[in-house]
Amino acid sequence: MSNLARRPGLLRWLFVAPALVYMAAFFGYPLIRNVLMSFQHYTPTTYFTGEAPFNGLANWRAVLADPLFTDALWHTALFTAGSLLGQFTIGLALAVFFSRRFRLSGVVRAVLLLPWLVPMVVSAVVWRRILDQEHGVLNAALQALGLSDGGVPWLSSPSVALLSAVLVNIWIGVPFNMVILYGGLQEIPRELYEAAALDGASPWRAFRSVTLPLLRPVITVVLVLGFMSTVKILDLILALTAGGPADATQTLGTVTYQLSFLRLDFGQGAVVGNVLVLISAVFAVLYLRANRADFGQGK
Amino acid sequence: MHSRAARPVLAAITAGATAALGLTGCAAAPDPDTVTVLNSATDTAEHTKNQRFFDRCARLLGLRVEQLSVPADQVSSKALRMASSHSLTDILELDGSELPQFARTGGLRRLSDLGVGASGFSRSATSLGSYRGDRYGVARAANSLALYYNRDLLAKAGVTPPRTWDELRAAAKKLTGGGTYGLAFSASPDADGVYQFLPFFWSAGGDESRLDDGKGEAALGLWKQLVADRSVSKAVVNWNQQDVNDQFVAGRAAMMVNGPWQVPVLAAQKKVDWAVAKIPVPETGGKAVSPIGGTVMTVPKSDDPDREQNAAKILDCLNTPKNQLDWGQATNNVPTRTAAARTYAERNPKLAAFAELVSTARSRTARVGTRWPAVGDALSGAFQSVLTGRSSPEAALQRAQRQAAAGK
Repeated sequence: MSNLARRPGLLRWLFVAPALVYMAAFFGYPLIRNVLMSFQHYTPTTYFTGEAPFNGLANWRAVLADPLFTDALWHTALFTAGSLLGQFTIGLALAVFFSRRFRLSGVVRAVLLLPWLVPMVVSAVVWRRILDQEHGVLNAALQALGLSDGGVPWLSSPSVALLSAVLVNIWIGVPFNMVILYGGLQEIPRELYEAAALDGASPWRAFRSVTLPLLRPVITVVLVLGFMSTVKILDLILALTAGGPADATQTLGTVTYQLSFLRLDFGQGAVVGNVLVLISAVFAVLYLRANRADFGQGK
Repeated sequence: MHSRAARPVLAAITAGATAALGLTGCAAAPDPDTVTVLNSATDTAEHTKNQRFFDRCARLLGLRVEQLSVPADQVSSKALRMASSHSLTDILELDGSELPQFARTGGLRRLSDLGVGASGFSRSATSLGSYRGDRYGVARAANSLALYYNRDLLAKAGVTPPRTWDELRAAAKKLTGGGTYGLAFSASPDADGVYQFLPFFWSAGGDESRLDDGKGEAALGLWKQLVADRSVSKAVVNWNQQDVNDQFVAGRAAMMVNGPWQVPVLAAQKKVDWAVAKIPVPETGGKAVSPIGGTVMTVPKSDDPDREQNAAKILDCLNTPKNQLDWGQATNNVPTRTAAARTYAERNPKLAAFAELVSTARSRTARVGTRWPAVGDALSGAFQSVLTGRSSPEAALQRAQRQAAAGK
């Protein structure tokens, strides 16, 4: 003990060691294996023989040459952008709305949390029924209101299905955005609003000049976390449309699932997985930089 | 096949990257008198039913059988993980369409090497368990697809069960009206939809190894026409086989394409009086070619020949004519022994159409082997793009052939 105390450097490393080991075992190793795998002919045979011959860029070429990959990349981008935009806007509006105290606001807020508590697969299955072109509740309601005659082909038309998936995902994601942003709003000192009011600021002006700037760190967190969980979407799509109709809702997540677990071509699946990791990594770096800037300003 | 109806949700997440890590621990050496089985009987009733048949055989042989059951869509990834840690079970029950991928690894024992009986089985059942001419798996019972129809609705419309495609179109049109569609089938972009497309594709002369030879176009044309006629809902591109059955039971479809695994649900309801006919063929006198589906039991290679022998004995016992017949009765699937299938048809006149089909049905992997998953994906892409109006049957199949060829 006294030896260790005399060597602060070693002691410091001992404290860091558990975290380092954990990171290396559960993040570093799988990541490196996944990268390696994308350069290997990795098939069911590999599991029996342990042999996975390196095949250079063959997996990458095959995946990148498949038009489905380009489509999936585009769908993932649209799905992520649409979902984040909707979730964030509605979440922020609700958070601002609930930050004024009124009767039953707590109860209503709790009810609004429900979509977030329901397992994703359950939500997807229920929405699949709601959105059914023939017997879905949504089309029945639209027809009763005279807003649609034939019924909207929510999930059965390639030009609408991705939009439907985005709408469902917005419904699922709003509570998360609302809760985090609501928490952020509570942190903003009330005096600032009073001061703004004394200066003659309208509510809209106060929102733009007080709320938004002070909420910025929280907004960054919400958007980055939302991005990470949306870009890798799989379960919702599988249960809602299985990637159809006519591949209109194929995302990088569903493509990697199909390649790895249906075709059992783990090398090609790893390629798509790596692309996903890369995209997330880019945004993680942006997030860290944005945070550093905030800390630098002493916020 | 019916086990595949379960949606493949979450499998990827749970299996995840760990599948490749070999993190699975080594299992303790199992008892020499115990035969272990990996299957998809996660449902309690199914698990118990399986155990009853295993016990029946194990008792005779002085053995014990232990089942390890995981959801159907996870059997193959679970099996692969177990293989990488040398802890695979003595019997591995796979979906027939997955057999070639496992047989190719060299990790399965040829059944002829183990002396597992081969005579008396229908050709289609043998083909379901074979890869490149060698038998690796044995199916106790199998399923196929047929045309279920609502007897009341057909009688009311004065329609007899259609036998040709023309009759099918006419009947479906006549039966459509008042919230009911003439026909329902599954055209979902997964194994369900592909399975349902095959009887039409094959009966038209389509060839899964040459999708663009022009012969399969008629099948796509028929599906397209049925939807264009409004005799079939546009939503079929979202319906799996379970959804199709729900529509039929709710009286929203007068006829449906489906398999014998729906019988328990159909038998339990009183609303719809149903019967089964063969799937219509392109022209009078044409031959109906249906797909054969179901699971096959395989014996993974083991370091201990005694374990393999015990597994082989269990397989032989499960496949005696009597046990096959009992199993078929218990699961509504058709025994794979030709003689047992005949007896089954006599005892279950209602399901006779299936019994006849299963002995002539075609295996999905017979021609394309390990390429089947890629071919199946390509086929589903073809019917989905045709049904949603994105492409013509001809262009869809040409694209499908390019996809299938690129997929290895």
